[in-house]
Amino acid sequence: MLTITARRRAQLAILLGPASLFLAVFFLGPLAIMIVTSFLAPGLYGGVEWTWYPHNYGRILGFADPMFEEFDPVYIAIFLRSLKIAALTVVATLLVCYPAAFCISRLSDRWKSFCLFLITLPFFASLIVRLFVWVLLLRQTGLVNNVLLQTGIIDRPVDLIYTEGAIILGMVYVFIPFMFMPVYASVEKLDWTLVRASLDLGAGPIRTFLRIILPLTAPGIAGGAVIVFIPALGNFVVPAILGGAKVMMLGNLIEQQFLAARNWPFGSALAMMVMSVMLVLLFSYVVVSSRRGLDAAPGR
Amino acid sequence: MRESIVRMEKAAKTFATPEGQTITALGGIDLDVRRNEFLTLLGPSGCGKTTLLQAISGFVELDSGRILIDGEDMTDRPPYRRPVNTVFQNYALFPHMSVGENTGYALEVAGIGRQDRARRVAEALRMVGLEGLEGRKPRQLSGGQQQRVALARAIIARPKLLLLDEPLSALDKNLRQAMQIELKTLQHELGISFIFVTHDQQEALTMSDRVAVLSGGRIQQLDTPRAIYDKPRNSFVATFVGASNLFEGEAAAGRLVTTDGIAISHGEQGSTGAATALIRPEQFFLADPGQAGPILDVDLEQIVFVGSTFELFGRTATGRRVIAEIPAMRRGLVGEIEQSRRARLSYDPSAVHLIPAEAA
Ligand SMILES: Nc1ncnc2c1ncn2[C@@H]1O[C@H](COP(=O)(O)OP(=O)(O)O)[C@@H](O)[C@H]1O
Ligand SMILES: [Mg+2]
Repeated sequence: MLTITARRRAQLAILLGPASLFLAVFFLGPLAIMIVTSFLAPGLYGGVEWTWYPHNYGRILGFADPMFEEFDPVYIAIFLRSLKIAALTVVATLLVCYPAAFCISRLSDRWKSFCLFLITLPFFASLIVRLFVWVLLLRQTGLVNNVLLQTGIIDRPVDLIYTEGAIILGMVYVFIPFMFMPVYASVEKLDWTLVRASLDLGAGPIRTFLRIILPLTAPGIAGGAVIVFIPALGNFVVPAILGGAKVMMLGNLIEQQFLAARNWPFGSALAMMVMSVMLVLLFSYVVVSSRRGLDAAPGR
Repeated sequence: MRESIVRMEKAAKTFATPEGQTITALGGIDLDVRRNEFLTLLGPSGCGKTTLLQAISGFVELDSGRILIDGEDMTDRPPYRRPVNTVFQNYALFPHMSVGENTGYALEVAGIGRQDRARRVAEALRMVGLEGLEGRKPRQLSGGQQQRVALARAIIARPKLLLLDEPLSALDKNLRQAMQIELKTLQHELGISFIFVTHDQQEALTMSDRVAVLSGGRIQQLDTPRAIYDKPRNSFVATFVGASNLFEGEAAAGRLVTTDGIAISHGEQGSTGAATALIRPEQFFLADPGQAGPILDVDLEQIVFVGSTFELFGRTATGRRVIAEIPAMRRGLVGEIEQSRRARLSYDPSAVHLIPAEAA
């Protein structure tokens, strides 16, 4: 006869089995291939040669193979730009979502669900189509430039598209729902009697915000930041459409290495770099939030 | 020094319900709270107790009227600039701060240095019996302990006035009674006024210097607990505080006759006209056979033993309900009336209180 724990284990195995199998075959497998590839030499006409070749990383970090390639700071620059754009996306989506979450959380239930529905609405239309609308709006002959020209604010069309600004705008547009949901969840949970208690004890509105509201909604902000930062860092659709060839991000660089330059080892090395940043981030998030989680767990 | 620490003048507040009606939460309240007084607001749920308290703490803006604290007009001051602190019903402790940080919050906000703060936090926690628990998180404390932290946090900055909104209602009975005594002692030690809200009349009578009985956004009576109990101003107060037997009728010198013909003797010689006579259950005695004097004959419906007393539930010949409370030491007599299901109740006319009709 099975003991209860053994039976529970068996149940868990059955429940988790399909997901684990799927991840093992379609995630860990390719990941292993990519790790191996990133340390192999690129073949002359694509493909790989089975020799130990750490210089893929060298091209990015500064110890390139002196025979064939040289260290090019452009990769670091793209890396840093991607980090910057992802970080700015996080900040901008937060600035939009945080106040909105407070407004929506104070509405009546009916309006609340309507607003939440509105926020998920963009998911119903194709991402590519939505981004091309921004192209129509931002290009030199687009709506924004036309309006500005006609009202006489400018006298020559300005470059709105194919800039970092355009990419950030697109990113914010794409990632707002991702930021909103976790932020809203924590704002909705906020106990307003605590805010009253703070005011009652003599803390003004700003202090109450910094000392009570912000710390109590921080888990949602951190969650939203991670959920937005990670896909934003590796995103390639938005920069491909709104950044063009002028403003490249890591996603585009990797895509280029695999599809155009056919340098799979170098592409893999780039992808591994992105992944390690994400892993460090995720790991610290998990550590911090589980420690907080222990703190916040109901006692007794 | 001013006698009055809080003065409310014609404080009025109405709320609009979603259905479009208006609710009068405060119907023009005049109130003076004395320095160093334990004042209780007593009333049924929804009578405006919380609204009154929040008008003082600044979370409710009055439609009209004024509030002065220690002579200063507070009507337009935000809550964080009023010299008043509150103990909230569900404690409202900050979950992300330790007990020490919670307790010292008002001092931190006021810019008091770390060392001073630590000393005063320790002192406040000692006063509420939580010495040395600074490092705990609120969730690691029992309900009673959390209540004490809330109390320590509210008194640490020495407010001129402490407001307590049903602070004991979440505690179980024993803890509640212990806290009632502690609160009273604490108020004495601190020498500041407490305004205490409760819907529990027993609690109000035990703890207060004065009790304000509220109903429908108005103060029905503001008096000492004894006066509230013995001499209620109207029948609402009489029925809300304690059990009561009310006989409405026409009063003449020494006698009140109800419409169904029951005569009640009373000691208030001067009163005439429509009035209501109040006899508390414990004012009835079981009459000895053949006893003269005022007697009320009742048919008994139920006799309940509650430990120190028997409660008799009966009806007069005309069907009027009567409650009487007989000390349990008179067991022998109770045995007799249990047999006959009838009781002759006597009372002392001088203890009967008359409520004039215009007040009722
Ligand atoms: N913010 C509000 N909006 C609408 N009605 C309210 C509000 N606050 C209180 N009320 C109403 O005012 C009345 C008095 O409320 P309250 O002061 O909380 O009563 P109590 O504390 O005595 O139970 C109640 O009928 C309540 O429904
Ligand atoms: Mg209330």
